[in-house]
Amino acid sequence: MSTLLQTTALDTVVEAGDGALIAVPAGGRLRIVDTHGNQAVDTLLYDANDIDNRYSAFDTVREQGAVYLTTGSRLLSTRLDELAVITDDTCGRHDTIGGACSQESNVIRYGEHTRHQHACRQTFLVYGEPVGIGQRQLGHNINFFMNVPVDSTGNLHFEDGVSAPGKHVELTASRDILVLISNCPQLNNPCNGWNPTAVQLLGWWE
Amino acid sequence: MSGYSHEIPGGAAWSAPVRTGREITLTALGADASVSVLLFGADRLDRLNVPDTLKAQLSACVRAPMVLMSDRGLALASVVSSSLEWHDALTGFGHDVHLERFAPSSYATDRNDWRRSARTGLVSELTKHGLSEADLHGCVNFFARVGITDDDRGTLGLLTGIAREGDTVTLRTEQDVLLVLATGPHPLDTSDYAPAGVRVEVAVGSMTPADDASWGFRDESARALEQARRVLV
Ligand SMILES: [Zn+2]
Repeated sequence: MSTLLQTTALDTVVEAGDGALIAVPAGGRLRIVDTHGNQAVDTLLYDANDIDNRYSAFDTVREQGAVYLTTGSRLLSTRLDELAVITDDTCGRHDTIGGACSQESNVIRYGEHTRHQHACRQTFLVYGEPVGIGQRQLGHNINFFMNVPVDSTGNLHFEDGVSAPGKHVELTASRDILVLISNCPQLNNPCNGWNPTAVQLLGWWE
Repeated sequence: MSGYSHEIPGGAAWSAPVRTGREITLTALGADASVSVLLFGADRLDRLNVPDTLKAQLSACVRAPMVLMSDRGLALASVVSSSLEWHDALTGFGHDVHLERFAPSSYATDRNDWRRSARTGLVSELTKHGLSEADLHGCVNFFARVGITDDDRGTLGLLTGIAREGDTVTLRTEQDVLLVLATGPHPLDTSDYAPAGVRVEVAVGSMTPADDASWGFRDESARALEQARRVLV
């Protein structure tokens, strides 16, 4: 009885450095297309009925016993509720321990001259504010299409994306959720291939 | 060590404001200890950001002489020294569901030996300071070590038999912080219920010496320390 919903409910482009807040009903599918390749899409998920029940990166990592996200990864909340599942992934690997960029973390990583560069945290706050998502509600996010390998000796690296033009990842909502997206404007490391680009969002639900 | 000393039993939670320039030493009181720690900055809104801490210092775990950094890019504390080379920061704290493999437990049946999860304890402590569930964030599980496999998924699991009674880690506060902690068991621990306790000692530290290992660790570590000093001193 599980026919995939075919009604296209969403087809939009998120420009480089812009964001979006998308309400996806239970059972709805949201696809993020890395149109130009190597573009980090910083993403947070919230229970649409209670924003304190929000995506938890480290609960998700622990419960799946693996650091990277891909098809089959259950995206869990701070109360261990399943918010969504990754049901399709042509990229193969996504990060959830590298966090989002902010003005302040840019200063730490790249120096004072980057303080007023645009960063994901501002985008999250701008698009989250209308539904009450503020500083306290910003947990640790997913970076779709981003490659942050860790190794058995405890090192962590930032590397070129494993993504390529046209790769996509698809979530199926396990309950009514809000998806808060920042299409990362970072210019100081290879996570966006040194050139942030637009991504496409496609949604199917009734 | 002069100053404050307190022993927290296993399966308990605790919190305290700690002023800047103090040295906090945690000592494991048993094998396989796991102490889940949350940290808040001077304004109680800014808080530990584990991803920023790890990526700025290119580490998948917390170890000396790393600097623990906040959402707002400030140093909260520096790891001055540790007898262990790996403190887990990837697997979060335990929830009630992780206690379900044990018999049901309550105050009515077990009195003060009743089993409560780290999450329950942490939220209880947060509430005492006017905070709430919304203020939970990625924690450091001091003394716990995970093993990461170099495979496609980055498979990880808890390694046991590493932390022993007497292992220590010392943090130096870089601003006034709120320290909130819970003493296990680690959510991936499959052994019998016997979470180790921890001794917390707080002493007045020396002002950061010129040859300090955290200042000299990485440019990123030094910038976080410098930003904290600039804003808060
Ligand atoms: Zn970003």
